[in-house]
Amino acid sequence: MPLNFRTYHDLTEPDRSGLAEQIGAQRRRVAERLAVVARVVAVMSGKGGVGKSFVTAHLARALARMGGAVGVLDADLNGPTVPQLLRVPVASCTLHDGVVEPAVSPEGVRCFSMGLLIEDGRPLAFRGPAAESFVWRGALEATALRELLADVAWGPLDVLLVDLPPGMQRFTELAELLPEPPPVVAITIPTPESEDAVRRALHAARDRGAPCLGVIENMAGGPFVGDAGDTLAREFAIPLLARLPFHPSAHEWDRIAHRVGGSA
Amino acid sequence: MKFLCVECDRQMAFEERQLPGDGTLAAAFRCPQCGRVVAMLTNPMETQLVASLGVKIGGATVSPQPLETIRAAVATGKDDAFVEDGKRETGDAPAWSAEAQERLARVPGFVRGMVKRIYADYARDHGVAEITPAVMDTARSELGLEGM
Repeated sequence: MPLNFRTYHDLTEPDRSGLAEQIGAQRRRVAERLAVVARVVAVMSGKGGVGKSFVTAHLARALARMGGAVGVLDADLNGPTVPQLLRVPVASCTLHDGVVEPAVSPEGVRCFSMGLLIEDGRPLAFRGPAAESFVWRGALEATALRELLADVAWGPLDVLLVDLPPGMQRFTELAELLPEPPPVVAITIPTPESEDAVRRALHAARDRGAPCLGVIENMAGGPFVGDAGDTLAREFAIPLLARLPFHPSAHEWDRIAHRVGGSA
Repeated sequence: MKFLCVECDRQMAFEERQLPGDGTLAAAFRCPQCGRVVAMLTNPMETQLVASLGVKIGGATVSPQPLETIRAAVATGKDDAFVEDGKRETGDAPAWSAEAQERLARVPGFVRGMVKRIYADYARDHGVAEITPAVMDTARSELGLEGM
């Protein structure tokens, strides 16, 4: 004879653990911290090695030169490079009043990254049981992303650029943490292989309801053959924001900054 | 996750949490009607999964510290990654016994400042004048500070 008992959603008594409330409080903390950030823009690609961090850092510097208040969150937790690209000084991060101060680049770009926290040359490693670490590592990285959004004193910003790692998992986590999916800038190199990977990423972003500000073709005019930037722009009806050579000039970065800064 | 006393049809209430220090967690729940107690025991992987979400079974009892999950979980953090600005240090800070200081010194520098602050806040909240290893053990279990 099976037991007859209430199930989860039938229970209405107060729950001291309040796990749902704890999650809700975490989300509110993100929303409160970003309330003074005019917009969050995700820089993404489905492909690794296309120069997302390079473009993010130089775009941020150009936006700052234009007079904007700019922040960069390096969401590539396992391969952080933004602090070096922004040339932020090496220093300890200051904690006060429940927040941590971001590093600031010579141009005034506010930046935070795991690269500021982990030992030079060491991988991001977590304490915890080694066996079946895949079960909890993803959750821990998503929590780390949330804390970097919520606990860094970003202050009032015109734009917070989020430099995403390859793939779409981190974008999904970011979209779930924000009130709305952030607009995205997609980075590709000219090749058909990159085009294919970025196409998948753009579809994933669009499926999440994220507006796409445009695509940037990086490393154009060099050894990589193809027209991924044009093809993707046409296919998704989005602007080709730039076709960047291997050594873009400051003028080219300024031009992209004007286009990104003025869109969305 | 909730526990139901099927016999009484009452939701069991969180009673107590224990962290044996081996990565496992024990949480006791009591039926408010018949008083029956059950214990939920999680293995290290399950304990870590809950901790990875930044939530605490039994409820969060201390204010969130900045980057607290990152600082508690990262094993390759720089010892000098953080510096406190010192503004929050107050004159009524509890004393630390020599044994407690020794134990605190064994905590990696990456997380030591946060651990020290959490124990100091706990001591202040509970009127404890001196932090000893016993106070640290009690605080650890009450606050759910696995790995600290």
